[in-house]
Amino acid sequence: MTVTSTAVRPPTVVRVRRAVADARALTWRNLLTYVRLPQLVVFSTIQPIMFVLIFRYVFGGAIQPPPGQSYVNFLMPGIFVQSVAFGAVGTGIGLAEDMGKGLIERFRSLPMAQSSVLAGRTTADLARNVFVVFLMAVVGFLVGFRAGTGPLPFLAGVALLLLFGYALSWVFVLVGLGAANAETAQAVAFPTLFPLVFASSAFVPVESMPGWLQAFAANQPVSVTVDAVRALMLGGPTISPVLQSSAWTLGILAVFVPLAARRYRRAI
Amino acid sequence: MVLATHDPVTVPPTPYAAGMNEGAIVLQGVTKRFGDVRALDGLDLSVPPGTVYGLLGPNGAGKTTAVRVLTTLIRPDQGHARVLGLDVMERPEEVRSVIGLAGQYAAVDENLTGRENLRLIGILTHLPRPAVNPRAAELLERFELTEAADRPVRTYSGGMRRRLDLAAALVHRPPVLFLDEPTTGLDPHSRRELWRVIEELVGSGTTLLLTTQYLEEADRLADRIAVVDGGRVIAEGTAAELKARMASTTLELSFHDARTAADASELLRPLAGSPPLVEGTRVELSVDDGQRALIDALRDLDRAGLVLASVALREPSLDDVFLALTGRRTSGGGGDDPDGDRAQADRGRVPVGRKIG
Ligand SMILES: Nc1ncnc2c1ncn2[C@@H]1O[C@H](COP(=O)(O)OP(=O)(O)O)[C@@H](O)[C@H]1O
Ligand SMILES: [Mg+2]
Repeated sequence: MTVTSTAVRPPTVVRVRRAVADARALTWRNLLTYVRLPQLVVFSTIQPIMFVLIFRYVFGGAIQPPPGQSYVNFLMPGIFVQSVAFGAVGTGIGLAEDMGKGLIERFRSLPMAQSSVLAGRTTADLARNVFVVFLMAVVGFLVGFRAGTGPLPFLAGVALLLLFGYALSWVFVLVGLGAANAETAQAVAFPTLFPLVFASSAFVPVESMPGWLQAFAANQPVSVTVDAVRALMLGGPTISPVLQSSAWTLGILAVFVPLAARRYRRAI
Repeated sequence: MVLATHDPVTVPPTPYAAGMNEGAIVLQGVTKRFGDVRALDGLDLSVPPGTVYGLLGPNGAGKTTAVRVLTTLIRPDQGHARVLGLDVMERPEEVRSVIGLAGQYAAVDENLTGRENLRLIGILTHLPRPAVNPRAAELLERFELTEAADRPVRTYSGGMRRRLDLAAALVHRPPVLFLDEPTTGLDPHSRRELWRVIEELVGSGTTLLLTTQYLEEADRLADRIAVVDGGRVIAEGTAAELKARMASTTLELSFHDARTAADASELLRPLAGSPPLVEGTRVELSVDDGQRALIDALRDLDRAGLVLASVALREPSLDDVFLALTGRRTSGGGGDDPDGDRAQADRGRVPVGRKIG
């Protein structure tokens, strides 16, 4: 016997509205976790604060900033990008933990918009990054960082690096869904992020590196984003680095959002 | 709380109508492999609407895999699975709107309070906003979590987590409910408490599929039982039917010495359906009519001058059913020593003659 369907799928408008509501609910839930377990946020701020202090006061004296720039001004855009790059690992860890606790399985058995699990996770981590970058800006100000270009370019720089961090979060969605547990997610993260963050223009001028490394260091996504943020906050030509950074951000999203979504559908 | 009242916003009309011949939950020839392991090996199942159905089987039998197929979490390799007539592979979204799942491990957010957990599920299942808080409060009350409602779940006991998990599965009033080993790992007190809660749930139109390793649990909660082993159903029926079909009554005799026991087993062999089981000074006979066999045995023993130490009639338990079906004891037979030594010890005594299939 064939059962003929009389079931109705809700109209598209309702589905979209529900997807947004579901993503908001899960964003709220994820942010609440950060409030309940502040150590998660403290951990992702202590490390960059340590870096500010170490580079500003220990290594900074030995690093030659480009002519006409103070090292602390050179450093802070690098610190901002570093914070969101390492922050992306938290996205993977959070998802791996939810999987381990069976929460993802519960969500997948509910009549909710399945897209909201990943959307809610990455949006919450974007909101966390807003807080972290704000905090780092305050720390930077205290150690002498002064952006010379005015509030609008400064905010444009913040927006650019937040988008970059958002794109990186999707890379770690994929890592988190594939990892057996939070430790694995973390273990995968650092060997991939360390070369990107340290072989970059974040802490030292690329020109000071050996030639073979410069080709990589000058063009990889962390460097071009740091360069763009620097140009926006400190002055200098902005168009080329901003375009390059945006291209990386969009490229990463275009590749990793579909991969992550596919991995989620097959997860568990 | 009336479980059968479906929220018109969240539950779409389904092609399923009561009175159709199809069960509310149906598996037909479902197979699922994980590498070399055949988790499901042609599983067939049909659960009449409004009933409690027990999937009974030892660890690794395929119970969780069956539940995960039915709750759209994994796709079967072969076969069909339908819930209220909805094919789980073709219409997973609609299936999700009619089911509730409490998995084998409580899936609740440790960092939220009990109330926040239920509110989150209420929002995610699209209850009308004004209904979310009252629904959470109602379920907390019902599961006796009101006092702990505003504490983080991290501070809950195992039994409280299970109750919250069950409450979370009920938020959107699903007409079909899946509970995967709801009491495994709970202490006897929490287990009885959860049984009471589950018994209260049923009887208002909800169809419940429950998996368990505990025979006592299936016997107590389920209207019908399927015994699962190796990914397929090896017996199906009501608890009474299973007992009647499979196992006979056991006549247990013990003597003062092993010599007498051996003689008695020779003597009484014609009374039993299968060779008597002798263990030291004890003899067990499987008999169809316990009363009759008892009288015959006492008469024969008296005539032969064999002196009894004690005698008892044991009605078949579901554990005996499992033994008869598989030649093995279930791991959770007594309820308190899953995978325990007792099961190991018992395995050694299984007489070959009693093994079926
Ligand atoms: N995701 C999986 N990967 C590999 N093997 C699995 C997986 N899930 C279940 N199995 C195997 O399938 C069999 C049935 O498992 P399961 O359905 O969990 O049994 P039960 O719930 O009855 O204990 C077991 O042998 C188990 O090891
Ligand atoms: Mg199981």
